Amino acid sequence: MLARPGRYEKLMSIDAKKQIIDVGDGAAIPRKSDRGLFTAWRIAFFGAIGTLIYLVQTKPDPYLNILKFVPDGILVTFQVTLGAILLAIVFGLFTGLGRISKNRFFNGAASLYVEIIRGIPLLVQIFYIYYALGRFVQVPPILSAIIAMAVCYGAYMGEVVRAGIESIHKGQREAALSLGMNGRQTMIHVILPQAVKVILPPVGNEFIALLKDSSLVSIIAVADLLRRGREFASESFTYFETYTVIALIYLIITLFLSKIIGVMEERVSVNK
Amino acid sequence: MSTSKRRKMVEATEIVKIYGSFRALDRVSLDIFDGEKVVIIGPSGSGKSTLLRSINRLEEIDRGKMIVDGMDIMDPKTDITKVREEVGMVFQSFNLFPHKTVLENLTLAQTVVRKRSKFESEEKAMMLLEKVGLVAKAKAYPGNLSGGQQQRVAIARSLAMDPKMLLFDEPTSALDPEMIGEVLDVMKDLAKDGMTMAVVTHEMGFAREVADRVIFMDAGRIVEEGTPEHFFTAPSHERAKLFLSQIL
Ligand SMILES: Nc1ncnc2c1ncn2[C@@H]1O[C@H](COP(=O)(O)OP(=O)(O)OP(=O)(O)O)[C@@H](O)[C@H]1O
Ligand SMILES: [Mg+2]
Repeated sequence: MLARPGRYEKLMSIDAKKQIIDVGDGAAIPRKSDRGLFTAWRIAFFGAIGTLIYLVQTKPDPYLNILKFVPDGILVTFQVTLGAILLAIVFGLFTGLGRISKNRFFNGAASLYVEIIRGIPLLVQIFYIYYALGRFVQVPPILSAIIAMAVCYGAYMGEVVRAGIESIHKGQREAALSLGMNGRQTMIHVILPQAVKVILPPVGNEFIALLKDSSLVSIIAVADLLRRGREFASESFTYFETYTVIALIYLIITLFLSKIIGVMEERVSVNK
Repeated sequence: MSTSKRRKMVEATEIVKIYGSFRALDRVSLDIFDGEKVVIIGPSGSGKSTLLRSINRLEEIDRGKMIVDGMDIMDPKTDITKVREEVGMVFQSFNLFPHKTVLENLTLAQTVVRKRSKFESEEKAMMLLEKVGLVAKAKAYPGNLSGGQQQRVAIARSLAMDPKMLLFDEPTSALDPEMIGEVLDVMKDLAKDGMTMAVVTHEMGFAREVADRVIFMDAGRIVEEGTPEHFFTAPSHERAKLFLSQIL
């Protein structure tokens, strides 16, 4: 669950049999060609929805009550995830550019950032940023949660961005430079637009990983999906039932998202 | 023919380029005059690409002086983009921008670097596409073009900047034989129009027809230099003789 160092090495690794193996934290992304996974996805997705419907119908108390209580939390979970991923992409862009920069200061700063973030558990980072920010400015917990998640994921995103940029053939850069473009123009008009296609699938994986990790922010008074569940459970003492529902909702959301990303990924590779 | 009265477009003096401990260029001196067509030949690894790429500083030389269009390109005060605006390059692997249409490939640097309007740059682009016979492909993506077509677009893309000189690094080496002719034809037209050209190529017919001067390189040095007649009929150097006997 917590961001682990070395995740990207695995994420980007390629198996000897020339099949790409995603060992990301996201749910496996089904592709049409991958029949087994495709059916596994179906069973899990429709199974989860079916189970939820069955539980609500057969035992409305407490299941229906739980289901009515948590949607606010789903909204917050999405807010945190979306805010954090957008901010993380911005951080990641600068970090990735810094990591390939010849400027020693930018390069050093970016590398240091990545090293430090990789070495600290996300949960600790969330606590730390929440209380550190709290010493200087009064920020709403949700904002501090978004910043904490973005700071953490920005470091990983930086590696994704870097790998994406480095995957573009060096002839592209040379062609742009030889036309008189400077480094910045080359990056903006030639390299980044091509790198986006490479970066998109791993960013999708990050999004799902981030959504799951966002459950950690429930500890700093952010009323996300998990926290809403905890609130309900502690009042009604229906711990097992509540967490069953919470787990099913997380599962349905992440499976749904991984499906969307899979489709997007296929579109992108077709357009090449 | 080169005469000392003509302006020098390239003035390279005692250029040295070292990779690790390997001398890719070993005290190479070469002047290229306005309007001159220089063809550079030589065996693989002799430093032809390195020499060409050091003219627009895609490779940074380690020693020597390189003056291009009056600018000392290794001077830290020189804005290298100003040099590159005037010196286009055509690559063996085309290097078209795959995410942009043919038209956009031709307009990008015009708008971004030359600051031309969209209208002006598109007009220029269409004129050049006509010149290379690819008006019909303006809206196509490079991936849907044949190799020969891609290389013609790449030449047009360079021309769109109105360069004073073009560098060609084996422009036909990646092409199927039946497409080599169409690219060479475009290059011959350019030569007729008076473009200053430095061309690395194995196409000896082209060298014979177009070159004002042929330069033969071996092991990082220029070992023989002269008119195509001299070079193809009576090369004085052993290495050049051997090379010609292999390639012709
Ligand atoms: N980036 C590099 N790092 C190390 N060595 C290099 C590098 N680029 C070129 N070289 C070496 O420098 C020498 C000259 O290379 P160059 O590409 O200029 O040769 P060339 O004459 O263009 O050959 P070819 O006909 O194969 O294109 C070669 O031995 C090559 O291995
Ligand atoms: Mg070469």
